[in-house]
Amino acid sequence: MTTSIEVKHLFKSFNTARGSMLVLDDISLSIAAGEFLTIVGASGCGKSTFLRILAGLETADNGKVIVGGQPVNGPGVDRAMVFQDYSLFPWLTVKQNVIFSRRLAANSHDNLALERGAEDARALKLISLVGLSKAQDAYPSQLSGGMRQRVAIARALMSKPSIILMDEPFGALDAQTREVMQDLVLSVVEREGTTIVFVTHDVEEALYLGSRVVLMSPYPGRIDTIYDVPLPRDRNVMMRVDPNFVALKRTVMERVRKTVGMSLDASALANTGAEA
Amino acid sequence: MRIVAMNASTTEISPKRTGATMPKRAAPQRQWTIRGALGRRPYAAYAILGVATPILLWAFLSEAAIVPKIFMPGPWDVLKRFWSWIANEGFAGDLGISLERVSLGFISSLVIALPLGLLAGTFKPAEAIIEPAMDFIRYMPAVAFVPLMMLWCGIGELSKVSIIFIGTFFQMVLMFADDVRKVPLQQIEAAQTMGGTRREIVYRVIFPSAAPALLTTCRITLGWAWTYLVVAEIVAANSGLGYAILKAQRFLQTDKIFAGLIVIGFLGLIQDQLLRALHHALFPYLRRQ
Repeated sequence: MTTSIEVKHLFKSFNTARGSMLVLDDISLSIAAGEFLTIVGASGCGKSTFLRILAGLETADNGKVIVGGQPVNGPGVDRAMVFQDYSLFPWLTVKQNVIFSRRLAANSHDNLALERGAEDARALKLISLVGLSKAQDAYPSQLSGGMRQRVAIARALMSKPSIILMDEPFGALDAQTREVMQDLVLSVVEREGTTIVFVTHDVEEALYLGSRVVLMSPYPGRIDTIYDVPLPRDRNVMMRVDPNFVALKRTVMERVRKTVGMSLDASALANTGAEA
Repeated sequence: MRIVAMNASTTEISPKRTGATMPKRAAPQRQWTIRGALGRRPYAAYAILGVATPILLWAFLSEAAIVPKIFMPGPWDVLKRFWSWIANEGFAGDLGISLERVSLGFISSLVIALPLGLLAGTFKPAEAIIEPAMDFIRYMPAVAFVPLMMLWCGIGELSKVSIIFIGTFFQMVLMFADDVRKVPLQQIEAAQTMGGTRREIVYRVIFPSAAPALLTTCRITLGWAWTYLVVAEIVAANSGLGYAILKAQRFLQTDKIFAGLIVIGFLGLIQDQLLRALHHALFPYLRRQ
């Protein structure tokens, strides 16, 4: 159920009032099947745009994304996405939200759809996996922000995607809830064995979750550095205070700051409309 | 010094706390605080005050003969006249025909405006085709179409229904399109990443997501439909509530004019409450618990 991702020379620019602005400048990256890759960077580094291109929600101006040997032309069932917020369907209960994808024609060809029983059982298993068994009949408006993101994760897993793309999924949560959710994602991913690309602006989150961390620099978005996280995959809270972890966190944070500093001149020029 | 002060304050607090747990009448809350809360009972009391004041003022003006009765009958006269309207002057017929016209005009407008609004709010080319044209037409006052409609449709039912249609349709399309555009993009994109087709997303995400707002738009435009009904009936009809008001004016039956106005007000109120109840019943997920 895992698939590798190959990204080759991706370019993307947006049209703004001041003309065309380059957001992704020659991004190449390969992500192994089953890898947990996190992308971190200051705002404006194009990390979300990059993820949206992987999802097929945006198209690149140039370059290729190849998932499991097939070029990406648009959204697909093999790549589920978890958004920061507001992506649940408010008129459906938790269970109906999780099962929603099964009612779409694109998901009707696998054996899960043949029997409603199997479908139901999988939904309930996922709901209990994210710890919401008691809330399965609640509506999203009755849940806290953290609970809503649990539902979003269960929903993303429902159609057994080979890849899950997460766009700052815990960005709107408080610090304590975020830590709980991080451990939840790690345990869920371990069970389901999915390839994950996780975008965040939080360096600690990136290091704690990822086996590799990609640091992107802003204006224009480029890959600055790729760090290997020297910790076993079986993460636990105490690793947050492990000296190796703390040292790496310091290195990455300093580097993030530098990338912002480097871009200040460039962005100032962009703002005044002067030629670089 | 600091420690002593803190100790002192904690010992001061404890007797107060035990005092607070005892059942005690709460001190009267200030009601006129900015964005403050108000209990059900005081709210009802203020509402009664707001409704009763104009009625009492009206009764006073008329009973004290400050305004001659022929121009301003009292509440009691109006009630009596309303009764005789029901008993001898065919109120049921007037009400029935008016309800029929409003329903026909409003429903025909709704049936066409809903798909157009869904399209215009979902697809940019549809927006470009539909919205500028609607924007232009909606500034032509519906009332000004009355002579044209009479020429085209005569003074039969069709002319009344068309006026109501013209008065509601163009606004409705634009408001529906706006409701549809307010569906969060994340909901649509989530469905796209699940493999949803355009058709599935329109029917299974955009429509149910916009449904509460669409119903609210219906509630608002139904109010306008009543306005245009009365316009149509005053100008070109020989039946209905609006016509009854016009006829009453010819015979100087001011009490009947009053009765007609109040009846239309009540109809609007009842209709509004019914649609609110429907909203409540259809969208239970909007109620926070």
